[in-house]
Amino acid sequence: MAPILEIRRAYKNFGSAEILKDINIAVQPGEFLVLVGPSGCGKSTLLNCIAGLENTTSGAIFIGGQDMKGVSPRDRNIAMVFQSYALYPTMSVAKNITFGMRVRGVDQATKERKLREVAAQLQIEQLLDRRPAQLSGGQRQRVAMGRALVRDPALFLFDEPLSNLDAKLRVEMRSEIKKLHQWLGRSMVYVTHDQIEAMTLASKIAVMKGGVIQQVGTPSQIYNRPANIFVADFMGSPAMNFIPARVYRDGACAKVEIARPGHAPLVLNHPAARDLPDDVIVGLRPEDITEAGFRPGSEVQTVECMIDTVEPAGADTYVISHLGGRQLTARLHSDTKARPGNTLPLAFDLNKISYFQPESGEMLN
Amino acid sequence: MTEQALAFTLPAVRSRQARIGRVALRWGLHAMLVLFALYYLMPLFAMVTTSLKSLEEIRTGSLISLPRQITFDAWRTAWSSACTGIQCEGLRPFFWNSLLMTVPAVIISTVIGAINGYVFAHWRFRGANLFFALMLLGCFIPFQVVILPMARMLGLMGLAGTLPGLILVHVIYGVAFTTLFFRNYYITVPRELVRAAKIDGAGFFRIFWSIFLPLSLPIVVVTIIWQFTQIWNDFLFGISFSQSGSQPVTVALNNIVNSTTGVKEYNVDMAAAIIAALPTLLVYIVAGKYFIRGLTAGSVKG
Repeated sequence: MAPILEIRRAYKNFGSAEILKDINIAVQPGEFLVLVGPSGCGKSTLLNCIAGLENTTSGAIFIGGQDMKGVSPRDRNIAMVFQSYALYPTMSVAKNITFGMRVRGVDQATKERKLREVAAQLQIEQLLDRRPAQLSGGQRQRVAMGRALVRDPALFLFDEPLSNLDAKLRVEMRSEIKKLHQWLGRSMVYVTHDQIEAMTLASKIAVMKGGVIQQVGTPSQIYNRPANIFVADFMGSPAMNFIPARVYRDGACAKVEIARPGHAPLVLNHPAARDLPDDVIVGLRPEDITEAGFRPGSEVQTVECMIDTVEPAGADTYVISHLGGRQLTARLHSDTKARPGNTLPLAFDLNKISYFQPESGEMLN
Repeated sequence: MTEQALAFTLPAVRSRQARIGRVALRWGLHAMLVLFALYYLMPLFAMVTTSLKSLEEIRTGSLISLPRQITFDAWRTAWSSACTGIQCEGLRPFFWNSLLMTVPAVIISTVIGAINGYVFAHWRFRGANLFFALMLLGCFIPFQVVILPMARMLGLMGLAGTLPGLILVHVIYGVAFTTLFFRNYYITVPRELVRAAKIDGAGFFRIFWSIFLPLSLPIVVVTIIWQFTQIWNDFLFGISFSQSGSQPVTVALNNIVNSTTGVKEYNVDMAAAIIAALPTLLVYIVAGKYFIRGLTAGSVKG
């Protein structure tokens, strides 16, 4: 089946500043694409270009197989939910939802029917006569969704729709959006700077930085096989540990050596490191470092580490140590014996190590 | 024990002193405000009382005394029979001239200003900043500077000495202000509102009509008060660009006051001045509460 959305070699310049560089991405029917990145990475601009609210400088955007060059937002068969909800302040909820249909001259009966359907689906029937100012944040969010749903478009666009909600409501609405996606089966493009939102919602993630797509993949590809240090660092909380190291080869064997000032260097025996260059950066996620003895069977290496800080977080306890001049975070079970100032044997899961090129940040293994 | 007692009594003493201080301050403030109000109301008081006196009483009595016998003769004269030069029909025909000039000029300049402001705030085009700066400059051009070129333009357009000519002048002069007002008000409307409406399918005028106009009551009131006062009270354009049939009330007032022969009829002058000022007073009273609100309330909460 043809992709619902396809972007080919899209560039966007703003004066001399390049906002988007060589964007190539496709969204298949039913896919949930999340554009994620730090603020200023161009993700919202890209979404606006898809919506037709801004023009690309060059390149092509296809929606439903049709070239969108010169096509106005109203004719793109899209609906969009905005960060500030952008509800029309002087109109009632019902008028907000039906505004698009009124503009397009849809007949009264259809309008009524669609309004009832959407209101029932989002459970906002009792709010239809209210003004946006009389609604809570979560209710406004629902109305904004209703306005998009009633369009019944080929493609839904979301521009950080949850970032104005408090933490608890955000988690609730997140799972509602996910349910909605599963129920509707429509394609969606969702912009966020929150990597947890990206991981939980997406069927496909595009990580952006400086107007360039760093990596496109499923959440598990992005998380487990990040293309570079930026992606590895951005996705996951607490962030991945990065430690500079040197690789030594001894016949078929390879050793990864991490310098420890004042101590003997730490040597990891890792045959997989044989084909790497001499200087690498070792990347290991906090959950791949455990207390020694807790992960039998895996290919682990135990290291005595000095504990600097212990941060209990309920289900887990984060233990912060240091290695090779860098901070090292480990995610331990909550009843750990770790105490600040003591040493603790930590087990490194060698199979989970990512190696990165120090200069370019590219992943090596 | 004593220390403890001290600790308890001290705050009480302090709070009593503070309360006395607050009351004194409030009374002082009120006294001062009343004083200022009296000072500002004095001329109006003198005008009203003088207009209700007979000429005889004005000559013999004091300026600020109340009229011994109230008479509305001066008002009648001012409205319908006072002489403005050779014509002796009072202010009435000129009052209508002023209305016929002010109402269309206010409406047209407000509408143009609203659309201009909407464009400058939400439909940015290449060079919009320069255009806006030039429009702003229009607010700072003194009346006197444009009189000669304006007279020439009106002559070329065949509008010299006519009411439509005066309306045109006031619209042109007012658009700079009305554009500024509306632009500064509309800039507080979130950009996402326009984007949402575009995706909903609305175009330039539909967005203006359905989303911006319903939000605009406060700024419309501000603009109307401002423009009405400016145009109604204008004297310079009125005297420069009008002929005998199209003179506004301000010009007629000047003629009544300055063209009497013999005894100066202060009571008629005062009555005429009050009549000429009444419409602006009325606009303030009717719409005044929106004026402050419109000037201060900028933000639009969604």
